[in-house]
Amino acid sequence: MAATTTVPKTYPKNEPLGDAGKKAVIDTIIEQYKDLPGATMVVLNELQSAIGFVSTYMQEYVAERLQVPLSRVHGVVSFYSFFTTTPRGKHTVKFCMGTACYVGGTPSLIEKTKQILGVSPGQTTSDGNITFEVCRCVGACSQAPVVVVDEEVHGRVRPNKIPQLLKPMLDEKE
Amino acid sequence: MKYYRSHVLVCVDPECLKKGAHDVMDAFQDELVAQGLIDEVQVLETSRIGGCDHGPELMVYPEGVHYTNLTPDDMPFLVEEHFLKGRIAQKFVAEEKAFTDEELSAPTAKEIRVVLRNCGKIDPENIEDYIAEDGYQALGKVLTENTPEQVIETVLNSGLKGRGGAGFPTGKKWEFCRASKETPKYVICNADEGDPGAFMNRRVLEGDPHSVIEGMIIAAYAIGSNQGYVYCRAEYPIAVKTLRIAINQARSMGLLGKNILGSGFDFDLEVRMGAGAFVCGEETALMASIEGNRGEPRPRPPFPAVKGLFAKPSNINNVETYANIPQIILRGADWYASMGTEKSKGTKTFALAGDVKHTGLIEIPFGLTLREIVYDVGGGIKDDKKFKAVQTGGPMGGCLPEAYLDLPVDYEAITKAGSIMGSGGLVIMDEDTCMVDIARFFMDFTQDESCGKCTPCRVGTRRILEILERICAGKGKPDDIETLEYLCAQIREDSLCGLGQGSPNPVVTTLKHFRDEYEAHIFEKRCPAKVCKALIRYEIIDGICTGCTVCARNCPVGAISGERRQTHVIDPDICVRCGICKQVCNFNAIVIN
Ligand SMILES: Cc1cc2nc3c(=O)[nH]c(=O)nc-3n(C[C@H](O)[C@H](O)[C@H](O)COP(=O)(O)O)c2cc1C
Ligand code: SF4
Ligand code: SF4
Ligand code: SF4
Ligand code: FES
Ligand code: FES
Repeated sequence: MAATTTVPKTYPKNEPLGDAGKKAVIDTIIEQYKDLPGATMVVLNELQSAIGFVSTYMQEYVAERLQVPLSRVHGVVSFYSFFTTTPRGKHTVKFCMGTACYVGGTPSLIEKTKQILGVSPGQTTSDGNITFEVCRCVGACSQAPVVVVDEEVHGRVRPNKIPQLLKPMLDEKE
Repeated sequence: MKYYRSHVLVCVDPECLKKGAHDVMDAFQDELVAQGLIDEVQVLETSRIGGCDHGPELMVYPEGVHYTNLTPDDMPFLVEEHFLKGRIAQKFVAEEKAFTDEELSAPTAKEIRVVLRNCGKIDPENIEDYIAEDGYQALGKVLTENTPEQVIETVLNSGLKGRGGAGFPTGKKWEFCRASKETPKYVICNADEGDPGAFMNRRVLEGDPHSVIEGMIIAAYAIGSNQGYVYCRAEYPIAVKTLRIAINQARSMGLLGKNILGSGFDFDLEVRMGAGAFVCGEETALMASIEGNRGEPRPRPPFPAVKGLFAKPSNINNVETYANIPQIILRGADWYASMGTEKSKGTKTFALAGDVKHTGLIEIPFGLTLREIVYDVGGGIKDDKKFKAVQTGGPMGGCLPEAYLDLPVDYEAITKAGSIMGSGGLVIMDEDTCMVDIARFFMDFTQDESCGKCTPCRVGTRRILEILERICAGKGKPDDIETLEYLCAQIREDSLCGLGQGSPNPVVTTLKHFRDEYEAHIFEKRCPAKVCKALIRYEIIDGICTGCTVCARNCPVGAISGERRQTHVIDPDICVRCGICKQVCNFNAIVIN
C-alpha cells in the first residue's frame, strides 16, 4: 500500500502501527471501508473490534488516510463510549468500590496492588498484560471486599492475599 | 425440496451456547445418523425459545414439543424415544408456565402476535423458512400490483403509527418523503433500542430479520429510495450478524440489489453499528452518526423527510414499525385497523419487567388496560405484594399509580396521563419501591447520556440529580420540590432534542402522583418504602432474636455484637445497610425502621 504518511517511523512500544502484522490489519480495514459514505465511524468501529483500542497514532493515521480533519476523528472517538484509546490488558483485575467493600478494606487492597503492578486504577501494565480497575458494587457484598479477576469473583480478600491472586497472571508474561 | 418429517429448532443464543448448545446439537445429529433418521429430521439453529434459564433447549415441530435442560449424553435416549418410537420424552419436557415471553405455543388469551409471529418458530439464518411463512409475498404483491401511492394509502388506512416512541402516523411520514423531489433518498431503520430493559427490537432482529428487511424494501419502493441503512447498537452483535446474513441471502435471491424480482426497482441495504451512545436513538443524532460524526441531535425542521441523511430526503422508522408492514400489505389495512383502539391501531410489543410474576416480551392489541397487562398477562405482582406503579416509556417516560390501572393502553391515553408510550418498556413496581429513588435512577441515566450540546439538558439534569441524591440521603431542603419543578419546566422548554425535553418526566410524574413520598423524605427524613439507605435503620427485636450469631458472622462490616444466646445489637454508625443480616436471620428478628 502506497500511503504517504507523516506519522513518525518510530512508535512507542505496543503501538499497533509499529507492529507489521497489526499495521496490515489496520490498512486492510481502512482500504476496505474508506470509500463508504460516513466511513469514519465504520473504520473506527472495525479498528476498535480488531485491535481492541484506537490509539492517538491510529487516530492520526485514520484522519490522514480518510482525508478528514484530525479534530473530527478525535471528536468521534471521544463521543462514543465504545471507543477506547488505550489498550486493555489481556487480563482485568477489578476492585469493588461499593459501600460494603469500601468499608471492608478495598482501599488497602488497591494500595497493595499499585505497589505490585506499578500502575494506578484505570491503567494497564506497560506489557499490556493486566488492566487495573475499580468498579461499582458487583452484588457480592456478603463477601466484601471483593476482587474480580477476569470473570471470577474473589471474596474476603486481604492485602496479604493480593500477590497470590496476581501471581498466575504475572507468571504468564514471557 | 427434501421432505422432512420433523423440524428441530435448537436455540443458539449466548445463554444456551454457554451451556453447550453446540455440543448438544452435534450429539443430536450424530445420534440421528446412528439411528438412521438423519434424512427425516431437519435440524435448524434459532434464537431464544425458552427463558434461557434451562438451556440447552430445543423445539420439535410439528408436535411443538419443547425440551429443556439437555446434555449430549441425553441424545441417544431422546432420539430413540421421540423420533424412533414416537413417544414424548416427558422428563425433558419444559415445565408449563402460565405465561412467559418465549412460550409462543402457549395460548395466551389476550395476546395477538403480528410482529413476533415468527420469532422462535423459524430459523432466522434461513431465508427459506421466512418464505415458507409467506415471506416476501407482500413485496411481490407491491411490486407487481401496486403503485407507490397505493402502498402509502394502504399504510395510511391501516392506522399504523411509528413504534419508536413518538407514534407519528407511518403513512403520513412516507407521504412527506415521497413528496420531496430531491434525490437520492434514503430509508433508515432505527435499531438503536437503548432504553434500559427494553429488548423487543433485538428479539425481532435476531428472530425474524427478513420481516424488517421486507418492510424496508416496501418503504423504499413507496418513497422512491434505492439505498437503505439499518443502524443497530453495538451492544447487539448477534442482531448485527443475523441481519447481515439475512441481507446477503435476500441479495442472492434477487430480493435486494438491482432490478428486484424483475420489476426494474433497485434497492440495497447496509448495516451500520453504533458505538454506545444512547442519544443516537434520536433520529437526527442517528443520521449524524451514520454520516461518521459525533451523534449530536440537530434542530428540526428541516425534518428528515426533507433534509435527512447526507442532507437528502430520508425516511426513518423503528424496527417494529417496518416489521408490521408486510403483514399489513398481505392481510390488508382493514384487518390491521380492526385491532386496537379508535386512534391506536394494531398491536404493540412490550418488555414487561419488574415485580410481576411473568416478565418478558409480550405483544398485545392496543386497548388492553394496565390491569389486564399486569394481572392477566403478567400473572400479577410477585409474592402477592401490592401494586404501586407502572413506569412506561423508559428514561423519558413516567410513572403511573394505581388509579390508572384501568387505563386502556394506547398512545393517546398514556400521553394524556402524563407519561409516554415510548418504545415499549413496561416496568411494574410493587409497594417496596421508593419513587424518589426511581426518579433518581432514571435521572442518573439521562444525566449520563446527555450529549452535552445544550446547557439546559447538560447542566439541568445534573442539578436535578444532585437534588434527588440529596433528598435520598436525608438532606433534602424545604424548597427542593419547588426547585425541582422549576428545573423540570426549564429543561423541558429549552432543550433541543427529545432526550432533554423528556428527561424531567420521571421526576414530574412521581412528583405529581407520589408527592407525599418526597415530603416524607424531605420533612420527616423518612423513606416510606424503606429503600433509601441513609433513612433506614436495621434493628434486632428483643424477644425474637435467639442469639444464634448468624447475623453477626455474616455482617460484612462487623456492625453486630452480642453473646451467644443473647439478643444481638446493630451499631447504626457502623452498619452500611446492606441488608444481609435480615436475609440470613432465620427467625425474622431483624426489621427495618
Ligand atoms: C433520546 C431519544 C432516543 C430514542 N431512541 C430510539 C430508539 O432507540 N429506537 C427508535 O426506534 N426510536 C428512538 N427514538 C425516536 C426516534 O427519534 C424516531 O422518532 C423514531 O426512530 C421514528 O420511527 P417511528 O416513526 O417508526 O417510531 C428516540 C428518540 C429520542 C429523543
Ligand atoms: S437535549 Fe440533551 S441530548 Fe438533546 S441535544 Fe440537547 S444536550 Fe444533547
Ligand atoms: S440471626 Fe437473627 S436470631 Fe440470630 S442473632 Fe441475628 S438477629 Fe438474632
Ligand atoms: S445491614 Fe449489613 S451492615 Fe448493617 S448490620 Fe446488617 S449485615 Fe451488618
Ligand atoms: S460493595 Fe462490593 S460487592 Fe457490593
Ligand atoms: S452495597 Fe451493593 S448490594 Fe450491597
